[in-house]
Amino acid sequence: MSAPAAAETPVAYDSKIEGNMIFTRVDTAINWMRKNSLWPMPMGLACCAIELMATGASRFDISRFGMEVMRFSPRQADVMIVAGTVTYKMALSVKRIWDQMPEPKWCIAMGACASSGGMYRSYAVLQGIDQLIPVDVYVSGCPPRPEALLEGLMKLQDKVSREASTVAQKKELIDELT
Amino acid sequence: MTTAIDTVAALKDKFAAEVLSENEFRDEQTILIALSALPAILAYCKNELAFDYLVDISSVDNMGEEPRFEMVYELYSLQTHVHLRIKARVSEDNLEVPSVVSLWPTADWHEREVYDMMGIRFKNHPDLRRILICDFFPYFALRKDFPLAGKPSDMPEVAFTKPAPLAGGPFVSGDPKDRVTGEPRARGES
Repeated sequence: MSAPAAAETPVAYDSKIEGNMIFTRVDTAINWMRKNSLWPMPMGLACCAIELMATGASRFDISRFGMEVMRFSPRQADVMIVAGTVTYKMALSVKRIWDQMPEPKWCIAMGACASSGGMYRSYAVLQGIDQLIPVDVYVSGCPPRPEALLEGLMKLQDKVSREASTVAQKKELIDELT
Repeated sequence: MTTAIDTVAALKDKFAAEVLSENEFRDEQTILIALSALPAILAYCKNELAFDYLVDISSVDNMGEEPRFEMVYELYSLQTHVHLRIKARVSEDNLEVPSVVSLWPTADWHEREVYDMMGIRFKNHPDLRRILICDFFPYFALRKDFPLAGKPSDMPEVAFTKPAPLAGGPFVSGDPKDRVTGEPRARGES
């Protein structure tokens, strides 16, 4: 009984590059690159910013996720971490900085105040940053522990890895063709 | 040694008609003066009575009374260590008070805060803008007729405010002798 014939492979065999080839989808490759180098924009507005600083310090080692490059210019940032109470006076600046960030961009509402206004049921405080800009991940806590923020960032990584990034990026072209 | 009582006596002596009443509470001297005499009396306090430190300017809303508003000036002397409180009533019909920035430069921000919260304007103030609340806000938040939750406002394409959800709050404590009613809870006041 003879062995079955080997299936024809459409890829030319080259022993020099064989070990370096990976087959994947474009989306998966792009998302993998994006999620492992999320550059945060630290929008520290209140006490949550202290925990944000602790997250960036040596004890919690945020660079495990490729996120240690805190950028104080919105033009170089991917994810805005809104850490603290957003007053109506500050909300205009937060929105402006968010608008200055290039796509693709994500937002984390860190803590009770940024998520819902928290204990500040007041005429002066925006009741959640999601009334102004789209939020991807809400982190609960008052303020959240650094572990909680890291969990939120990992949740964001999961979300990034599931995005249809090519379709989103070429949306105008696809709309034109169809 | 100069005391606060001495300064009150000196002011009553100098401005007999303008000092409307005086009050002592726990060794603190407070005088109520006519608003028209405010610049003259405060200048006299600064220049003659050595009140070189303006601690604070605040305002009170006595809604339902006439005149409705009250200005409060806290003066202190770093030379004689005397503290004096000067009050003046302001009518709602003519909400303008002479600025004292020319006497104490620190009055600049204090007066801006009073304007921001109470809506009292200051005559000859160098830069009368809001200081705490966002610029577009159309109300004065510390007035008694302003609700705790806030009011909606809108500047199209720029910004907005909405009333905060209070869920029956604010949360206040009741009778401290009774553990059940003493527990902080919302009283359905909003």
